[in-house]
Parts: sequence; C-alpha cells; structure tokens
Amino acid sequence: MVKSIVAPGAEIDGFTVGECVHQGGMATLWSVTHPDIAVPLLMKIPRVSEGEDPAAIVSFEMEQMILPRLSGPHVPACFGTGDFARQAYVVIERIPGETLYRRISELPLAYEEARGLVGKIALALADLHRQNVIHHDIKPSSIMFRERGEAVLIDYGLSHHNQLPDLLQEEFRLPYGTAPYMAPERLLGVRDDPRSDLFSLGVLLYFFTTGVRPFGETETLRGMKRRLWRDPHPPRRLRADYPPWLQEVVLRCLEIDPVWRYPTASQLAFDLGNPDQVKLTGRAERLKRDPLSTVWRRRFNRELTLPRAKADMAAQLASSPIVAVALDTVEGSDELNAALRVTAARILATLPSARLACINVLKLGRITIDRTLDEQGQNKHIDRMVALRHWATPLKLDENRLTVHVLEAIDPASAILEFADVNRVDHIIIGARTSSMLRSLLGSVSSKVASEAPCTVTVVRPQRLAALAGEDTSDADSQSSVFPSF
Amino acid sequence: MLLGIFTDIHANRQAFAACLEAARLRGVERMICLGDLVGYGADPEWTVETVMNLVERGAIVVRGNHDNAVGVLSENMNTEAQAAIEWTRGRLSAVQRRFLTELPMTLAEDDRLYVHSEASSPPRWRYVRSASDAARSMIATSAQVTFCGHIHQPMLYSMSVTAKMTSFVPVSNVPVQLLRGRQWLAVVGSVGQPRDGDPAACFVTFDTDTREITYCRAPYDVEAAAQRIRDNGLPLWLAERLSVGR
Repeated sequence: MVKSIVAPGAEIDGFTVGECVHQGGMATLWSVTHPDIAVPLLMKIPRVSEGEDPAAIVSFEMEQMILPRLSGPHVPACFGTGDFARQAYVVIERIPGETLYRRISELPLAYEEARGLVGKIALALADLHRQNVIHHDIKPSSIMFRERGEAVLIDYGLSHHNQLPDLLQEEFRLPYGTAPYMAPERLLGVRDDPRSDLFSLGVLLYFFTTGVRPFGETETLRGMKRRLWRDPHPPRRLRADYPPWLQEVVLRCLEIDPVWRYPTASQLAFDLGNPDQVKLTGRAERLKRDPLSTVWRRRFNRELTLPRAKADMAAQLASSPIVAVALDTVEGSDELNAALRVTAARILATLPSARLACINVLKLGRITIDRTLDEQGQNKHIDRMVALRHWATPLKLDENRLTVHVLEAIDPASAILEFADVNRVDHIIIGARTSSMLRSLLGSVSSKVASEAPCTVTVVRPQRLAALAGEDTSDADSQSSVFPSF
Repeated sequence: MLLGIFTDIHANRQAFAACLEAARLRGVERMICLGDLVGYGADPEWTVETVMNLVERGAIVVRGNHDNAVGVLSENMNTEAQAAIEWTRGRLSAVQRRFLTELPMTLAEDDRLYVHSEASSPPRWRYVRSASDAARSMIATSAQVTFCGHIHQPMLYSMSVTAKMTSFVPVSNVPVQLLRGRQWLAVVGSVGQPRDGDPAACFVTFDTDTREITYCRAPYDVEAAAQRIRDNGLPLWLAERLSVGR
C-alpha cells in the first residue's frame, strides 16, 4: 500500500489540495479545488497505514463504489475517485453547515420541529432506497441540511448497494456500525433490508423528542442484543404530553420485526407530513413496555429472530406504493366515481402494502373571498372528507392503508401535482372530465396531471355505450372510449 | 479498450450470433473466448469456423473440457455430453479438430487471466461452486482479475488483502468497478446453454480503462436452436433444457 501523498499544495488528478478540515478515525478530509468545478469540494482520504483499523479500507472501497452512482439533492455530488494503486481518494461536494449532531445539546426538541426534521430525513432515505442503497449508519452526525432545506445523507462506508457486491459481507465478525442506532436484524447479519434504516431513524426521532436514547448507549454485543427481544419505554412514559400520533409513528419505526415497521421510507414521510391522518393503534397510548411473557417468548423463540431469505429491495419498494386517487365528489358522476373505484381496486388487489390517499380539491374562486361554510352553514371541508371515506368504503381497506385529503386551490391540477410531489406519490388515478363543453371551457385537469406528474398516471373513463348510427361523433375523444394507463 | 468475453458457446449458433450482435452494438473492440465452443449444440462447424475467423482478427481463445474431449477419447463426461461429443467429432474437419485440441489452457494479459474452469489446476476442470473454490483459484494466480466459465452460472467473487471473500450474483446491465485493492474472479455465464434460470444467452464486457465489468444477456431464438438439436438426433434433454435455462 502506498504512503499518502496528500499535503497542502499537492496536486492529484487535477485537484489542488488545500487545508485539512477534519481528522476522523477512518479518514481525513481536505478542502480541494479544481479549475473546472465551481462548487466547494472535499477530498476524503482513508487511513490505511500500518496499525489502522482494517475496516477503514473496506469502508472506503464501499464509498468508492457507491458514491459515483448516487444522484439528487439528498446525497453529496461525487466528482472523482482514485484507487489504492496511487492515492486512494473520493472528491465530493462540500455541504456548507454542520451535521445534525450539533443539535444534541438542545434535546428534546419541540415536537413540531422534530416532525419537520425527521420528515425531511425520511424523504432523503426514500430517495436513497430508490437508488438501491441502504445507508446502514443513520445517526445525527450522518445528516446535514442544504440551505433550501433538503436533508443530505453523508458517509456511505457501511452502506449496502443492492446491485453491487457487498464488500462488508464477511469482513467483520461483529456487526459494524453505531450501536445506539443499529437495527436488531443487523445483529443477526442481515444487511439487505431497507427497513433497518427506518429503525435507526426511529431511534433518532425518539432521542430528539425525549432527549433519551431508546436503547441506551451500550456498546457491548450482549447489551445490543437485548433489542432483539426488549422493546423501549413508550415515549409517553417519559413525557406526559407526547402526542399519540407521534408515539404511533416512533414505535412503529422501532418494531423489532421489520415486517411490522413502515414498509417504505415514503410511507413514513407521508405520516410525518400528515399527522392528523395517522391511524392510531394500541401503540399510540401505551405507557408500559411489553409484558415479560412477551419478551421471554421473543427471547426464546429462535424462529422469530432468524434472518430471513434475501429480500429483493426493488420488489419490496414496488409492492408498497402510495397510490392517490383524485375524486370529484360534487360534480363527478356516479358512473365515473364507480369506474375510479374499480380501477383503484384492481391496482390495490396485488399490493397488500400499498396505501391509498383519496384527494379532493375544494376549488377557490379567483376573486371572491371563499368561506369555509356553505350557504346552509355546513363545513364544506368536513363534508368532502366524509364523502371521500364513503367512496372508499366498498374497497374494504384497513384503516391504516387509507387517508383522505381535501386540498384548497384555485387550480385543481396544480394542487394534485403538488400533493403528489410533496408526498412522493407513486401512482395517480384520475377521472377524465366527461362533458366536452366544460372541458373546452376549463381545460382538462386529467390531461395536465397526466403530462406533468412526477409518477405514473392512470386516466379513467367509464366505458361508453356504442354510439347510435348517425349520432354526432365530432368529439375526437369519442373515438376511443377507454384511455389506457400511461 | 472494451473486451467482450464469451464462454460455453456449445455449438449454439443462434445464441452465439445474438451475443456477437449485442457485443457489436455495445462497442466491443476485442473478443475473448473462454472455451467449450462445441458439445451439446447442433452447429459445431459454424461455431468453430466463426471463432477461427475471430482469432484471425485478434480474438484469443482458451481450451474447454468439451474442446479437449474432441481429441481425447477418455474424457469423463455424462452420457448425453458423451453422445453429443461423439456426434460433434464426426462433424468437424481435421483442421477444426486440431484447432480445438491445440488451444492453450490459460492465457494471461496485463493483470488478467483467462481460463475455462479455474486457476489452481486447469487440467482438472474443477467447478467454482463456492467462495472457497473461488479463493483456491485466486490464491493460485497473481492476476488481479481472473475470468472463467465452465459452471454456466454467472457469479462475481472478490478477495480482500486480508483474504476476506465476497460472493455476488451479478445484476444484468449494471456495471461493477473491479477495484484495484482486491483480487476478483468473474465467472461468466454460458452463451449456448445458460443454467441460471434465464434462457437468454450470457456474456460480459470489461472496460480495461474504467475497470468496469458488465454482465449482459442476449435473448435469442431458443426454439430454432432446440429444433436443430432434435433434427440432428441429439439427446432430447439437450433441446428441452434450453427453454428453461437449466
């Protein structure tokens, strides 16, 4: 292995080395510049000399493989890598500011602030998981925020890429990572379940809202293994004013068996973004941990703690989508609403972990000052929510798979698009406006949604009866009575 | 330079033609063949002739156990393979038979080694079935990257400087950078008789500059290849297994 040639003023593959900005256990960080790159840069150099932790090399190799493949606002952009043949390094974008670790002295944070922070981290995780990467070291010092607010996940030395060799597979006898945040299945050697990251984020949310780490700070394997059977104290026991919806979210993230956690980071982000829609279960009000009988059953029932067969990450993410159906409960015809229900049922039938968000737009006038109450003094908002639930009843969905949302907007299509974007909706189902006169006056909501949505859109139109001979067929749409999915 | 690496063609004309076309579209500049040009399939003459033409244009080829069996009568083979090889022997010209039996067992190029079975003892035609088999091969060579075939199931193994092994089932069309800090053994899937459950023909590309390996699949007319096997009176199972990739 070659000795490091990095020093202030040195030039490596066009990068000019500046000052050393951080000396960590595994790597050192240097500020660097490049004549063709405008953003501030960092060069990360692994510690590889004699006597250093051998994990430093493997962690560096993992980062070297993973970082160049990631993109988007939630990861540091990668500008170059060098291997051990000459000088091992990765050059990444330098994110201004500090990590979330800085906030630890201020804990516990206000519930609302913690909700916002963790919601942003969940969105970042959703984006990372979609790129086939499990982070495996989610903790405050791995998280930064951009000036525009997006969470950025840094440090990929322990990560797993579902489509690349896992170099950490057999590297360590003990699971490697940050003990207080490590998911129980990691202690059994499972490295391919994205829900491990949701557990770690649950630990962070618990810690940030109570000021207490749910599994303490134990570093011994024996101490860490307790989380395979022992659940943490419910936050309400520590803080009497802890909101039930928040406890529901936290304890669902901290479920021992990954199957009982949120199936995807997007679904967790959805609940954090819509706290009034969180379905409360027995978790929400609990004040005590599980009884000893349950704990013992877990501890001595080996089958429950055996690692499962390799999960297909992409298949799991794809089987747990957020589906949004946009309904017009006021002007929409019964026929169209029934057709929308048939289509929704078809899509949900094969996806037991999918969630359905029913949305309705309460249209605001451009000029008139809208009142929430209608002429009869009824609350329009509540009425619409009731109507949405009524529409969904025949689908017989579990309460925790169904949410209803009334959006207020001047432009319905923009409101639906914004909802889909903010909530990382995977699939929108929307009805086509049937009256061609209205459509020509107002424009088609469905066609705008279909052309601009960030996800798949299915436009639903009830099967039209065959036209009588001689009937006017000048409306172009009547040529095809059913729109295909697209 | 982009290398195209093929193995276990097994006289399957349709599969090999599909792979050559797919490789051309990907910009492959140099062909490497890891042996077993013949056996099982019904087009040995065409296959050997095609490979001989590629060699004239710079391709390199090593010997597989089926190529070897064309010249040696006592090879240890199952009944179907034996029947196919006897049929093959009668189809090939003397020049083609000599080409096959005189192929080198291994070839080294820069920091790469090409071998049909594995590097610890090439004439024994051992299979690489596990990480420990892979380790035995890697310890036996100083090459940083070994390419082999023989087992008809794509796999990618690595060994770190501290002799820790990783094994990985490659994902088609996702390039993997073979980092210089460790040794690698790339087991290439079969062109003419895939056995990993996917009937599409398999080959890999390797970019010598970026050190990226990409496992590729080329779908081909399986039924036509199976019909050729049936038409020539070869064992029926050899035709049937093509459509299931087993």
